[in-house]
Amino acid sequence: MTTAPAAAPLPAGPSPEEAGGSAAAPTPPKGRAVARRRPQAGGGLAVLPLIVFVAVVFGLPAFAIVTGAFKTAPGAPGGVHWTTANLTASVQGAYRTALWGSVKLSALTAALGVVLGLPLAHAVVTSRFRALREAVLAASGVLANFGGVPLAFAFVATLGNSGELTKALDLTQHGWSLYSFTGLTVVYLYFLVPLMVLTITPALEGLRVQWREAAQNSGATTRQYWLHVALPILAPSLLGGFVLLFGSAFAAYATAAAIVGSSVPLITLQIANALSGNVLAGQGNVALALSLDMVVIAGVVMALYIPLQRRSARWLR
Amino acid sequence: MTATEAEAPAPTGRTGGATVEFRGLRRAFGTTVALDGLDLTAHPGELLALLGPSGCGKTTALRVLAGFEQPDAGDVLVDGRDITAVSAHRRGTGMVFQSYSLFPHLTALENTAFGLRMRGTGRAERQRRAAELLDLVGLSHLADRFPHQMSGGQQQRVALARALALRPRVLLLDEPLSALDAKVRLSLREEIRRLQLDLGITTLFVTHDQEEALSMADRVAVLRSGRVEQVAEPGELYARPATAFVAEFVGTMSRVPAERTSSTGTVDVLGMRLPVSGELPAAGELDALVRPEAVALTADPHGPATVVAAAFLGATTRLTVRLPEGTEVKADLPTETAAALPIGSRAALALPERPVLVDHRRVP
Repeated sequence: MTTAPAAAPLPAGPSPEEAGGSAAAPTPPKGRAVARRRPQAGGGLAVLPLIVFVAVVFGLPAFAIVTGAFKTAPGAPGGVHWTTANLTASVQGAYRTALWGSVKLSALTAALGVVLGLPLAHAVVTSRFRALREAVLAASGVLANFGGVPLAFAFVATLGNSGELTKALDLTQHGWSLYSFTGLTVVYLYFLVPLMVLTITPALEGLRVQWREAAQNSGATTRQYWLHVALPILAPSLLGGFVLLFGSAFAAYATAAAIVGSSVPLITLQIANALSGNVLAGQGNVALALSLDMVVIAGVVMALYIPLQRRSARWLR
Repeated sequence: MTATEAEAPAPTGRTGGATVEFRGLRRAFGTTVALDGLDLTAHPGELLALLGPSGCGKTTALRVLAGFEQPDAGDVLVDGRDITAVSAHRRGTGMVFQSYSLFPHLTALENTAFGLRMRGTGRAERQRRAAELLDLVGLSHLADRFPHQMSGGQQQRVALARALALRPRVLLLDEPLSALDAKVRLSLREEIRRLQLDLGITTLFVTHDQEEALSMADRVAVLRSGRVEQVAEPGELYARPATAFVAEFVGTMSRVPAERTSSTGTVDVLGMRLPVSGELPAAGELDALVRPEAVALTADPHGPATVVAAAFLGATTRLTVRLPEGTEVKADLPTETAAALPIGSRAALALPERPVLVDHRRVP
């Protein structure tokens, strides 16, 4: 798949089982327990390779993006100097439309991915047929990583203007177009729903049968159980899944490029155009500014996510 | 039912609970039969312990009553009303589970008030009632704690409060103490019994711990292979077990070879002729079952028994003696008396002249 990893660090939703509170004695708050630990002498050296790796593959590109976004293009009149013009340009006109388009598409597909992936994962977890369960999980693993031009071609062949399904069901007459925002949403869901299944399955497996039975015993209907017990317990994992799906959709490029080209404004397509000089030459630094915009948007999503996650998981502290 | 059911009168003065009846309950999981025609009645306000080894069907019976399992055949009646087809959330039973089953995202107060919330009780009323219940189980000071901030015993107390919130007429306890350490188990055992007596609620208590069952219950039902082996008050069960299985499951028993005699309903055991309690097997070699406290040992250098082990139990000491043919018999003696019988010493052995339970001889 050509989707880049989420720009922001992914939250690891704690499993409900872990939080079940089965300790025989009161447990100290986790944060305090961590704070009490003394760093050992060799500990710093052990993480050195990781620090170097992060610095090279994440730190250097990030540094290049930040500095490049604030510099004029090489060969510009007056030479290379510091400027905010790239950033200003990146949030105006077509670029602003593309930013907004990417946010809308990512938020919508992430939300739909959560809504569709949760019941599917639940069906998988509660299935009595082990082989079916294994098959669905294996397929999810493959499909979650299936993207780019092969995925685009598969959809063009089935749901494009001359696709098999389009012709068989006469979808064009019903207003269907693969080469639209709606079409791209369907294509994105093809890999986002399996991704959600993979993400939420461990959390669903952590839901204890006794919680359902205790809820029933307290007079709760199935709907009440989901509303008052299961979903609140799953909330941190669902939020984490949403952020993961948002990041995955937000960073997707090749699938969109192969299907909609420039007909649906997306920020990743605009970055590609700016880098390749398809529309205007010398827009490399605007592309870096657009990348910086993406980092900022990912940061904003995380800034919204963290307090929500803390609130939904206050019982874990 | 293969067993004798001691139809004890319902405990007086505790009529707040309902009558619970299992009638011919059958439940199989694949080829494993969990309940095989279970017939059992719990009287209003009594604490009935379901005791038996793992896989005997005691938890399945409780889950059928709670509505979590559907029987393949048979009925469950509460106060004469057939509730077999009633869904779990409408049964009106309160249940405490073996593993801590508190909702982890709710505080102790919110957990306790959960059922009232589902029923649509107003916030103020449910908080008042939940606070009352937490006070009842002695945890009002932990109302704002989440489950992971409480010990196992505290969590089970909250689970008990939650189970009582909807004022059920039947309380189901599924090995609620088995995950707790010994000291907490003892105190919670007493607390559950006190609450049950105060509220007069019919309680079915599943356990595999005979001491727990005998110390807490008004009556104990011993289950084996999905059927009731015997139902009786604890004293009756211990003193007059109906079958060898009950005798050996409840308390300690020694098997001593017994011989048939010419007179009907008697056997010779250790040179003594004793009447047989219950049925005498028609054929085959026999063992007599004797409790350690029923065996009298006296120091005798010419006696047939040799002391081979001693276990200090506090006021008493359990001695194990070996008879010439290799049979080992346990005897409980006051610790001072046992001091006169060190390991390796010889002793004479006697049994009281009262009916003894016999069984087919078991080859060691």
